Amino acid sequence: MKMDRNEMQQQYKRAVLKTTRNVRMTQLSILLLFFAGWELTTYLRWIDPLLFSSPSRVWHLFVLRIQDGSLFMHTSVTLFETILGFLLGTFIGTFIAGLLWWSPFLSRVLDPYLVILNSMPKVALGPILIVGLGPGFTSIIAMGALISLVITTMVVYHAFKEVDENYLKVIKSFGASKKQTFFRVVFPASYPTLISTLKVNVGLAWVGVIVGEFLVSKQGLGYMIIYGFQVFNFTLVMLALLIIAVLATVMYHLVEILEKKLIRHES
Amino acid sequence: MAFLELNQVEKTFFSLETWTTAVEDIELSIEEGEFISIIGPSGCGKTTLLSLISGLLHPTSGEILLDKEIIERPTPETGYMLQQDYLFPWLNIKDNITLGLTTMGKTTDVDRQLAFQLLETLGLSDKIDHFPSQLSGGMRQRVALVRMLSTDPKLLLLDEPFSALDYQTKLKLEDLVFSTIKEHHKTAILVTHDIGEAIAMSDRIILLTERPGRINKEFVVPLHLKEKLPFDVRTDIEFNPLFQTIWKEMEPDEDGS
Repeated sequence: MKMDRNEMQQQYKRAVLKTTRNVRMTQLSILLLFFAGWELTTYLRWIDPLLFSSPSRVWHLFVLRIQDGSLFMHTSVTLFETILGFLLGTFIGTFIAGLLWWSPFLSRVLDPYLVILNSMPKVALGPILIVGLGPGFTSIIAMGALISLVITTMVVYHAFKEVDENYLKVIKSFGASKKQTFFRVVFPASYPTLISTLKVNVGLAWVGVIVGEFLVSKQGLGYMIIYGFQVFNFTLVMLALLIIAVLATVMYHLVEILEKKLIRHES
Repeated sequence: MAFLELNQVEKTFFSLETWTTAVEDIELSIEEGEFISIIGPSGCGKTTLLSLISGLLHPTSGEILLDKEIIERPTPETGYMLQQDYLFPWLNIKDNITLGLTTMGKTTDVDRQLAFQLLETLGLSDKIDHFPSQLSGGMRQRVALVRMLSTDPKLLLLDEPFSALDYQTKLKLEDLVFSTIKEHHKTAILVTHDIGEAIAMSDRIILLTERPGRINKEFVVPLHLKEKLPFDVRTDIEFNPLFQTIWKEMEPDEDGS
């Protein structure tokens, strides 16, 4: 006897949904186990709560710092710096990549300098930035931007250059100018690379900003970490780390939403 | 004076080590409304010749005149169709077929009417909001045909436009392109390595030599074949003798004599 196709399709759907549910449940279990294990081991003094804090301590500090408003202040400062650093690094990097595409001469001239700047650990420039731009959020944003700028330039320029010559032929055959060629073909053809650059830059901007706050040490989540470390308040350090983890994840997902908007045609 | 004139055209490419002459001594005139095929062994400079006529490349020496004017750069007067469709995957069909018009700054409904009409004639109106990835290879090449014709060019350059398609689609599309071009009274140059396709579609066939490409021979397709659809030409009694003649000309001398 032949089974009903609709029935089979329903079965298939149930199986797929079940797997998805299992994945989600396992993910959640890992998270809960982590926090429960952390709480338990510190409670039983298997690990030193002075060094590793515990979820309940972090939670109490979280509530306390929300109430006195200081957590919101530190978080918003860091978030502002990170978003600005991320945007500046990405936009300026892409802009320079565009200039290099426009002028092959410039691209050949700048090539060795880009290689040097790229191999250089950008956070090592921190002290110079602080001396130059002052010990404030300008230096921190500059750090967040600088860390992603050079690599963005190199990767995006490469993508611009690798656009299939035949697409250029198509638009040139209609008498397109160089500007039209760039904005109608080269740039949109590089969307996939731009998106993956954005994803990398989200992470890089956080690195730059947190290190910048370490150095400037005035306010922000990076400051919370370094201050907590110095006064041996590791609950404060853990709180800052957890907030960074949550915010970085949110930013990453925002980029993914942008990706879905930009690259509809691949669906 | 002919519609398209090539006078002593030569193209040489230079590199640090050497130079390569792709085509030389090309002397050719094409009348308005003619359909010419250029065939020859691979690497004989067929595509180079087409790029020169389109204005994407400049001849090293000699000159090319379209409608009495020297071709300096690509213009919408000349349409170009590539081996593959090269539709922009990030644009829908509507934006793809109006690409040329948008590039020219023609964005009104009146300007676009021809493009939409052609799309309808080729039976793809319902695909206007689709993206290229949702279409089959044959459909995509039809869209590329509409894109080329949308700016109403006077001269059409076809660079092996059927070579990436399966045989059945290729035969159907040959008929479609042929009748569309005839209907709009366009002048066309087809580059191909398929002798049958050249006979089926064109009025005259230019055979190039191996690199550097020169004009080796010219074959005129019999009058009554010119009128027929490509598919019917292939079954015509005169098709095979002509095919054999060109085939023999293309064969390199085996014994070296």
